[in-house]
Amino acid sequence: MSKLTKTSAAADMEPTEERPTDAPSEFLSVRDLKVHFPTDDGVVKSVDGLSFTLEKGKTLGIVGESGSGKSVTSLSILGLHRVGSNRSRNARISGEVWLDGEELISADAARVRDLRGQKMAMIFQDPLTAMHPFFSVGQQIIEAYRVHHPSASKKEARKRTIEMLDRVGIPQPDRRVDDYPHQFSGGMRQRAMIAMALVNDPSLLIADEPTTALDVTVQAQILDLIRDLQKEFGSAVIIITHDLGVVAELADDILVMYGGRCIERGPSETIFEQPQHPYTWGLLGSMPRLDRERTDRLNPVKGSPPSLINLPSGCAFHPRCPYTDLTEGASQTVVPELREVGSRHLAACHLGKADRERIWTEEIAPKL
Amino acid sequence: MTIPQQTTAEGAEPLLKVSGLVKHFPITKGVLRRQVGAVKAVDGLDFEVMPGETLGVVGESGCGKSTMGRLITRLLEPTGGKIEFEGRDITHLGTSAMRPRRRDVQMIFQDPYSSLNPRHTVGTIVSAPFRLQKVETEHGTKKAVQDLLELVGLSPEHYNRYPHEFSGGQRQRIGIARALALKPKLVVADEPVSALDVSIQAQVVNLLDDLQSELGLTYVIIAHDLSVIRHVSDRIAVMYLGKIVEIADRESLYGKPMHPYTTALMSAVPVPDPKRRTQRKRILLTGDVPSPISPPSGCRFHTRCWKATEVCRTVEPPLIALTPAAGHRVACHHPENAPDQAPGETSATAATGGKSVESA
Ligand SMILES: Nc1ncnc2c1ncn2[C@@H]1O[C@H](COP(=O)(O)OP(=O)(O)OP(=O)(O)O)[C@@H](O)[C@H]1O
Ligand SMILES: Nc1ncnc2c1ncn2[C@@H]1O[C@H](COP(=O)(O)OP(=O)(O)O)[C@@H](O)[C@H]1O
Ligand code: SF4
Ligand code: SF4
Ligand SMILES: [Mg+2]
Ligand SMILES: [Mg+2]
Repeated sequence: MSKLTKTSAAADMEPTEERPTDAPSEFLSVRDLKVHFPTDDGVVKSVDGLSFTLEKGKTLGIVGESGSGKSVTSLSILGLHRVGSNRSRNARISGEVWLDGEELISADAARVRDLRGQKMAMIFQDPLTAMHPFFSVGQQIIEAYRVHHPSASKKEARKRTIEMLDRVGIPQPDRRVDDYPHQFSGGMRQRAMIAMALVNDPSLLIADEPTTALDVTVQAQILDLIRDLQKEFGSAVIIITHDLGVVAELADDILVMYGGRCIERGPSETIFEQPQHPYTWGLLGSMPRLDRERTDRLNPVKGSPPSLINLPSGCAFHPRCPYTDLTEGASQTVVPELREVGSRHLAACHLGKADRERIWTEEIAPKL
Repeated sequence: MTIPQQTTAEGAEPLLKVSGLVKHFPITKGVLRRQVGAVKAVDGLDFEVMPGETLGVVGESGCGKSTMGRLITRLLEPTGGKIEFEGRDITHLGTSAMRPRRRDVQMIFQDPYSSLNPRHTVGTIVSAPFRLQKVETEHGTKKAVQDLLELVGLSPEHYNRYPHEFSGGQRQRIGIARALALKPKLVVADEPVSALDVSIQAQVVNLLDDLQSELGLTYVIIAHDLSVIRHVSDRIAVMYLGKIVEIADRESLYGKPMHPYTTALMSAVPVPDPKRRTQRKRILLTGDVPSPISPPSGCRFHTRCWKATEVCRTVEPPLIALTPAAGHRVACHHPENAPDQAPGETSATAATGGKSVESA
């Protein structure tokens, strides 16, 4: 509430584009984001104190099991929790999301709607949820363009749409522009949705499991496309996935989520070569890899993901962690803070440095 | 007079032998339901599965993998070809004649959410095969079901619970318990892990592995994930538009793939190594998979193949062994890692379909 009055007061005095003094210098900065949903069974703490930053031209990969809060994070950055069902409108959100000097959690809904589709855009896992079945693909992209370019003529918008369809590799775009979504294959629908997301050159693009439903061949095309478009437009990209292969292809930095929190974050190469959190080890051990000798057996994390209503005490990962014995009870009782464990590298685990290094080099890495 | 059964070179008899297997789904039109065409979902498959081995089946969406699985488990009636199980022709066995065979061949489905009846308890679901087959168990059905639950890593106390109370991985275990109830010889698993998170996926993969060694099971595992397929399979069949384009043992297929489609699929798999993303060579296939209603002439892959020549457009390459590598068969005129079968042709006429690029 205080935030609200502060920004509107500032706006009254100074209607210029100057940044508020407490605005972070980063392009995107998420600070202590919490998204809680009250339900009949209790409060679902989908996101519980998440912080990260992202610069233009960079890609952040968010990985984690289903239900770890990845999608809720992206929806609340885009303010989509406000337009969802009644159920999700009950969401209790706190923290700050700064995009290019503007705070979005406290901004009014109209302002966020205005930014969405223009400055920030999203690609969903299922293109059919983003595209309306009764309107042609072209009509929908044209509409998305004209909302933010009211002065553009129909003809200009159509030209721009065909350009975008061409850009994302739809064959014969001038003809296919009038097709309906069901006339496109799964891969083409995904590409059309990317065209729609990019039609206004957003500077922040969030892709939530953009390739999960696709064949590897199409997945490779879509990943290349996202990479090329980012190079061309210099946008900031957040890619959300449970597939470590996909983040390794695209991300500069990786954030690993568990139970609504970040448990490890760092540069991609570091996360793959020197991961410091037992859950990240488990993710790597679960994954059969084509680039290595075949192992006889996978080394998955045991058990299943936690309930977000009653997170386990202490470290939420402790019921599944094989190393709790080494922390003298802290794992069960004390929530581990994200601590610096290397250069730009954070992990939330009570294990000492020596233990972590020994376990990784002796027990985990040789089995991958 | 009895003719001694013919055996394969290795001396063992295949558990399952499929020859010329075809499934066309008719497309009808109008009130008279006149047939105007057919979806050629499976269009001539030949392969064998040896006892105790795992045959992996990969290919893009819509290439006929699930249809093949439902044909060999006889959930679908084949349009043509022959399916032999333990040397017996089961291609057209009726329901009653098939009943005793059903015990031997079971299926695990992709979607752990929709393949279990939400109104039935775990006990009812897992014991269904006993009731359908009218099988008596030594210590009663309940004990048998609880043993099965333990076998797949669930707790016997789960007997009275409902599917919605379980996570995706646990539901897949329920499906596996049901499939194993009658001690089948062959289990056909259609995308058994693709709906699961990576850590749960690995748990189920390990479980399938343990069950195979414990119970001596034979698997046909269908998946679109080439990393999972390499991990679980002894031999692998690659399908494209209703046909097998390459079949080989694991080392041979992943070490020396011969079909351009196989190499393209493998090069598309994301490598979980950020350092290498800038160095690797990727074959980008452009264009979508053509319709199985009117598949391309000659080699069905020619519309997307960067090696295609005139002969590819007109002559269908047979699935044959081109090298001494035992059991490695491929259907291609211009294979990789093997002698060219139509050396006179240059790829000057190659389709613009695929291109080989260095990843940026
Ligand atoms: N009952 C049916 N009637 C008509 N066409 C069908 C039927 N079942 C499958 N098909 C078609 O047959 C082809 C092969 O389908 P199938 O389900 O076997 O593919 P798949 O390889 O399992 O694909 P996926 O990877 O998407 O599961 C597809 O074109 C499909 O649309
Ligand atoms: N509107 C809502 N009401 C209650 N719980 C919700 C709502 N939306 C999401 N959740 C819960 O929040 C958790 C995180 O969800 P999500 O972010 O979608 O996970 P994922 O990491 O798979 O994307 C899940 O437990 C989910 O059930
Ligand atoms: S804090 Fe304890 S339980 Fe959590 S990851 Fe570290 S060792 Fe495991
Ligand atoms: S080279 Fe010819 S035969 Fe071989 S896969 Fe390509 S199109 Fe088919
Ligand atoms: Mg999600
Ligand atoms: Mg299928």
